[in-house]
Amino acid sequence: MSPPLLDVAGLNVRFATSTGAVHAVRDLSFSLRAGESLGIVGESGSGKSQAVLALTGLLADNGRASGSARLEGSDLITLDQQEMNRVRGPRISMIFQDPMTSLNPYLSVGRQMSLALRAHRAIGEQAARKEAAEMLETVGIPEAARRIEQYPHELSGGMRQRVMIATALLLRPALLIADEPTTALDVTVQAQILGLMSDLRERYGTAIIIITHDLSVVAGLADRILVMQRGEKIEEGPVDAIFAQPQQAYTRSLLAAVPRFDRPIQGTPPRMKHATKPILAAESVRVEFPVADRAWFRPRRLLRAVDDVSFQLEAGEILGVVGESGCGKSTLGRAVLQLVPVSAGRVSFLGADDAQSLRRDLQVVFQDPLASLNPRMTIRDVVAEPLEVHEPTMGDKDRTNKVADMLSRVGLDPSLMNRYPHQFSGGQCQRVAIARALITRPKLVVCDEAVSALDVSVREQILRLMLELRRLLDLSLIFIGHDLAVIRQISQRVMVMYLGRVMEIAAADQLFTNPQHPYTQALISAVPIPDPVVERARKREGLRGELPSPLAPPSGCVFRTRCAFAIARCATEVPALRLAGASQVACHRAGEVFQGR
Amino acid sequence: MTDLSPRSLWQDAWDALRLNRAAMAALWMLGILVAAVLILPLLLPWTYEQTDWDAIATAPSIASGHWFGTDSLGRDLLVRTLWGGRISLLVAFVATGVSLAIGITWGAIAGYVGGRLDQLMMRVVDILYALPFMFLVILLMVLFGRNIFLIFVAIGAINWLDMARIVRGQTLSLKNREFVEAARAGGVPASRIIRRHIVPNLLGVVVVYVTLTIPHVIIVESFLSFLGLGVQEPMTSWGALVNEGAQELETSWWMIVFPGVLLAATLYCFNFLGDGLRDALDPRDRSGT
Repeated sequence: MSPPLLDVAGLNVRFATSTGAVHAVRDLSFSLRAGESLGIVGESGSGKSQAVLALTGLLADNGRASGSARLEGSDLITLDQQEMNRVRGPRISMIFQDPMTSLNPYLSVGRQMSLALRAHRAIGEQAARKEAAEMLETVGIPEAARRIEQYPHELSGGMRQRVMIATALLLRPALLIADEPTTALDVTVQAQILGLMSDLRERYGTAIIIITHDLSVVAGLADRILVMQRGEKIEEGPVDAIFAQPQQAYTRSLLAAVPRFDRPIQGTPPRMKHATKPILAAESVRVEFPVADRAWFRPRRLLRAVDDVSFQLEAGEILGVVGESGCGKSTLGRAVLQLVPVSAGRVSFLGADDAQSLRRDLQVVFQDPLASLNPRMTIRDVVAEPLEVHEPTMGDKDRTNKVADMLSRVGLDPSLMNRYPHQFSGGQCQRVAIARALITRPKLVVCDEAVSALDVSVREQILRLMLELRRLLDLSLIFIGHDLAVIRQISQRVMVMYLGRVMEIAAADQLFTNPQHPYTQALISAVPIPDPVVERARKREGLRGELPSPLAPPSGCVFRTRCAFAIARCATEVPALRLAGASQVACHRAGEVFQGR
Repeated sequence: MTDLSPRSLWQDAWDALRLNRAAMAALWMLGILVAAVLILPLLLPWTYEQTDWDAIATAPSIASGHWFGTDSLGRDLLVRTLWGGRISLLVAFVATGVSLAIGITWGAIAGYVGGRLDQLMMRVVDILYALPFMFLVILLMVLFGRNIFLIFVAIGAINWLDMARIVRGQTLSLKNREFVEAARAGGVPASRIIRRHIVPNLLGVVVVYVTLTIPHVIIVESFLSFLGLGVQEPMTSWGALVNEGAQELETSWWMIVFPGVLLAATLYCFNFLGDGLRDALDPRDRSGT
């Protein structure tokens, strides 16, 4: 057998901080053959990113790596800056999570790519650009000759990540390291990028290390999986073995925490009984924003974020709202909360007469738990604030008692109430945000991506907590998210949005097992499934093309430009929501295309 | 048993500040200085305008009773330095206080409310900016006569403009943060959001700006005094004393050294105190998390 391409032995990474040394990676060893792909999986703080940053010499200044990491004979740990520069690029390339921040906004795509190429090869600018354009074609960017003159902000997120991958592959490295390459991307784009990476690996024989917190991302792509926790390797093995027979309890818990929507889930909320009273009704809601355009005497352009959305929410119901970024789901949530003005149509919240009691009955939990808590207020003050506003007559002592009670309900120790948000973990901060939302005993809570920023195991706990509190406090929930598996796990009814419009509304089971709209179908097929066997066998019916600009949405059906079933009528007539089977679908061909599925 | 009584940001900030040695030393220094300029002139045998005909421009000496020496008119420099301190510190505190109060309120409201009100309020700031500072001072003098109080008004009237701009910019970025949105969703009224959520998060920038403003104000005052628009002889200020001392540097070194050292020490103290306050007011910067 040929010697391994990369052989890491006894890798340790330590950081010197003001509060003492942090041992981020402990005694990590693994090896990688040429052309092999390894998935490194772990939750935040597991040291997975620091391990590969150590390999590429990109550790922060206070970090020190020890051990050995042999790449084709040379030890990466001991290389000096100059030698390392000769390795980075031609031998190892890296792509990062956020393609916007890893591209320089002041350089055109072609310039950035030619810089990378010319740093390592004696080649003219023209020739370099030509090669860059060819590589862009290879990674599936149409009209590469035009794109190469564009700047990063002119490209979509998926395009940018393709540019990153093209840049990384320009020098034909033996090893490509991808650190959460699809985490910042939408699920349909994620499917495209994962497909691309696996194609390129076959084509160039590049070895890949893919780092992720999401086991389902690596199920179809990796040959082997390495699981890390708190800086240590917990388990390593072939992908099938890890998924089929995980040896370690931690791996099992990680797998169990990944929501699967191809299988029925335990603990799904009960089907709702009908004939309850609706508590929220949205009728033809439209939300428009003027686009910042500083030029004078030019008509103001309007961005229609939400267009003609109607739905009802019944008391005690959990409605999931799902869609890709830019589909208007968060704006809809803000319109329901009356945080943004509605341009047309109306949202009526039944049971609240005046604005103040409406605020009391309507609460919100946001995505980023730390950002949604004022860093200069103690936890006690954060949770007490709605009480101070809505029950100004309540005494300080009663208020503190109520806060303590609510904190223990969400699973936090009330004795921590004088601490500040930064002293808590992400999951704990989200519990605080939930406590704040629930302290006034609201009737409806809007959860805007409330678990998206959390690790899988924490996510599971928070979802359980929400379901339990909902039962105890008789809440209705609007759960906005992009993660279909999570939405399926928690919702009773699901609404799918695309470019500001509703595509489909149906009961959760119905929607996920028998989707009626082509877009719903595409979304579901794009979700990776944490099972290598299923994942490899699956034929992707991924979405082609790019999301149209919301400033100039297509005429007629907004989805038609990416729809495989579009007909002439789709371009002229906006489809209305109508009943097809048990779902409400906005598609002219609903019931015709997917009948029998 | 942990103490469950609610704690405020200010209590926690004070506790944190007390652990910061440099800031506490600076605070003590400033306290002593303020006490000195208030009390000592009452105890000394000289007044700030009294000439000692036996000691014209004499060097510091314990024996003659002129510990800081005398100036070219035979006035005791210790008394004059203390009186100068009164004026300079008063200008610093009052003018900075005025610019803080107006600037933060103006900027936070403009930034938080936004839209037309923001445009209107910031155009007012622009117009005032366009007004030449010296012209404003001279105008005030002509209208109301020479008065130390007018210096406060003039400096405060110009200085709050910078503060308002800085605060507005910060507020614009703060108001889209999720915690502000969460407060709005929770029904917290705008005035309370500005008070509890916006302003406390502005403090870091504001404190840094104040530590820059205080020296600036002291220097502007001395500049005005130099032009004859500020404090009037025989009354004096640190700026005026340093200015006089600079002219006599070759013959009487003490005339610049004593007021100069006190002025510099004061500015250092404000800097250390400002740094300490900024850290103390930010829970994330406190040690012992």
